[in-house]
Amino acid sequence: MLTTATHLDDRGQAMTDGTAADPPPELDGPDGAALARELMRRMQRVRLFEEATIALFHAGELPAMVHLSIGQEAAVVGACLATRTSDYMTGNHRSHGHPIAKGARLDALMAELLGKATGVCGGKGGSMHLADFSVGSLGESGIVGSAIPVATGAGLAAQVRGTGQVALCFFGDGAASEGVLHESMNMAGLWDLPVVYFCENNGFAVSVTTEESLSVPDVAMRAAGYGMPGVTVDGQDVLAVYCATREAVERARRGEGPSLVEAKTYRFHEHAYGLVLPRPYRDQAVVDSWFDTVDPITLFHDRLLAERVLTAGELQALRDEVGAEVEAAVEFARRSPYPPPEAAWTDVYAPGHDPQEVSA
Amino acid sequence: MSAPAARRKPARAQQLGFLQAINRAQHEEMTRDGSVVLMGQDLRANVFGAAAGALEAFGPSRVRDLPLAEAGSIGVAAGAAMAGLRPIVDLTVASFVFGAMDQFVSQLAKARYMFGGQATLPVVVRAALYYQGGTAGHHADRPYPMFMNVPGLKIIVPSTAPDLLGLLKSAIRDDNPVLCFEDANLWGRKGRGPAMPEDVEHLVPLGSAAVRRPGSDVTIVGIGLGSWLAQQAAEELAADGVDAEVIDPRTLVPMDWPTILASVRRTGRCVVVDPANRTCSAASEIAARVVEDCFDALRGPVVRVTTDDTHVPFSPALEKQIYPTQAKVVAAVRRALA
Ligand SMILES: Cc1ncc(C[n+]2csc(CCOP(=O)(O)OP(=O)(O)O)c2C)c(N)n1
Repeated sequence: MLTTATHLDDRGQAMTDGTAADPPPELDGPDGAALARELMRRMQRVRLFEEATIALFHAGELPAMVHLSIGQEAAVVGACLATRTSDYMTGNHRSHGHPIAKGARLDALMAELLGKATGVCGGKGGSMHLADFSVGSLGESGIVGSAIPVATGAGLAAQVRGTGQVALCFFGDGAASEGVLHESMNMAGLWDLPVVYFCENNGFAVSVTTEESLSVPDVAMRAAGYGMPGVTVDGQDVLAVYCATREAVERARRGEGPSLVEAKTYRFHEHAYGLVLPRPYRDQAVVDSWFDTVDPITLFHDRLLAERVLTAGELQALRDEVGAEVEAAVEFARRSPYPPPEAAWTDVYAPGHDPQEVSA
Repeated sequence: MSAPAARRKPARAQQLGFLQAINRAQHEEMTRDGSVVLMGQDLRANVFGAAAGALEAFGPSRVRDLPLAEAGSIGVAAGAAMAGLRPIVDLTVASFVFGAMDQFVSQLAKARYMFGGQATLPVVVRAALYYQGGTAGHHADRPYPMFMNVPGLKIIVPSTAPDLLGLLKSAIRDDNPVLCFEDANLWGRKGRGPAMPEDVEHLVPLGSAAVRRPGSDVTIVGIGLGSWLAQQAAEELAADGVDAEVIDPRTLVPMDWPTILASVRRTGRCVVVDPANRTCSAASEIAARVVEDCFDALRGPVVRVTTDDTHVPFSPALEKQIYPTQAKVVAAVRRALA
């Protein structure tokens, strides 16, 4: 599909060099331009939202550490945009990109990061436990692997209720070793559940490389064991991720069962922002070079220009719009009040069922 | 124990903090016994700081990075122990025990019993209690009472670095599975008690409580950070003429009942400070036992100071209020004395 010249980077992934060419069918015509704009808008939302959290971190305004998706925007956005807002999604500790890409409001997400009452979880969840049920986001998980069966269960509900919804399940290469992934994929394969297991393989689980944690080279190879298709895509190419995930989503929606999509990608920052590890486990010079070589936003930007899908002016305007949106979200979060102290004891049980009240 | 005495000790001995205590215990025991192996996530990069120099000293066969597979890790440790190794598993954060619960209960705790005593399970599992720091629902649990409900497991909750050193060494030598829960709020503190010269072996037996402060009016039993809150509350109460005895059980299974019960028989009052959730907490078990065995001596209600029965909220506006505090301990003592 790529008509531009390609070469391979250090992880064997195809990269375009951005010479002039025609757009692929997905990006062709007005619909294609609209898709390109939305892919770019959401990637910019993730990037600028997280750059704002970095600023908040340095200003001492973040109550806790955050795990950033910077570098992984194409994987996160390409996958989410291949679903509908009414589809379900679960994620992990690298948690901001998933709900943003699924369409959640930035102001409520940012307020949650600051522990405010207006946060998407009322300040109870924080960065690692974002959830916005209004856009199908059933929750991020601080416990690695813990939300994988939840997406599987959402797929089961969609199947039983006949709603036609699909569940998108984000997990990392580290989580690929957790037992619940294997239990879940078996159930999904067995019951033909409409689930797309989506691995963001950034090569590391904190300090441990995939070579040190996986018994096979690609996570996608696991699919064969559970009777589902598995594909590996270039996770820096948002369109490639979108196309591969869309195929898996359509298959699920047709009732043909689950798939596994693995996006090979890069984590540009430390495991958690600001974390200082006692011993280096990757070459910082190489990591720094990624901003120039495999930045998914730059790659897509250059491609859209080269294929004349959007103009430089349009791309700049889009970025400015998102920048304003993020700024407003930060202001909203800062201005918002903290929850009242008594909120610490609510939401443990359904209303009227709290043992403290019932047996008081 | 006095500050001037400590100042005369060599600098390295003075510096014994929680992480140094762990490293030293592991290093000494791995040197002493070639069957001790160390396994955990991110050990080789020493991300949590509790595996400094281990890889260099003992090599990749005895120092292993585990994939993210908590259930498998605990079960693998159980099997390796049954077949001759003495594994130490660094589970890092105590909230990660839940994914491994079946292996803890069905294998680690029960294998010896079910197989008529044939199995020996010398496994140590270390896990830190990471609460009070904005880690929210998935990282801030204090789950040790759940394991007290499982026969076959021993449980230590050290509150000082020397205790951690001495208890961990005993745990590694113990032929039973021992779970070590480390209160991460104490990690920054220096050692309490005599400094630890490096050439002297320091062992603390399991099942032996420490009397942190002798007193005659009320017994305060404090677990983990709770033992420090109890000592601070005792100082505050002393200014009002209340003389509190503070006991740190150090080991929850086996519990040093003789020390606790004898104290309550003397004072007639008991408060228990426990960072775990209230219902079925370690404090609940201690309170029940005190009431059963010291009923005649009691002159007031046995009062628990615990974390409320809720989950850990993220917001800094919500979190701290749910845990035990010095003020809550003082109020509980006043209630016990009323
Ligand atoms: C059950 C569990 N074990 C360990 C951890 C600590 N931890 C948090 S993230 C992480 C690495 C996860 O790696 P991966 O799934 O590849 O995601 P990535 O961070 O690379 O995005 C670890 C070990 C955890 N949160 N939960």
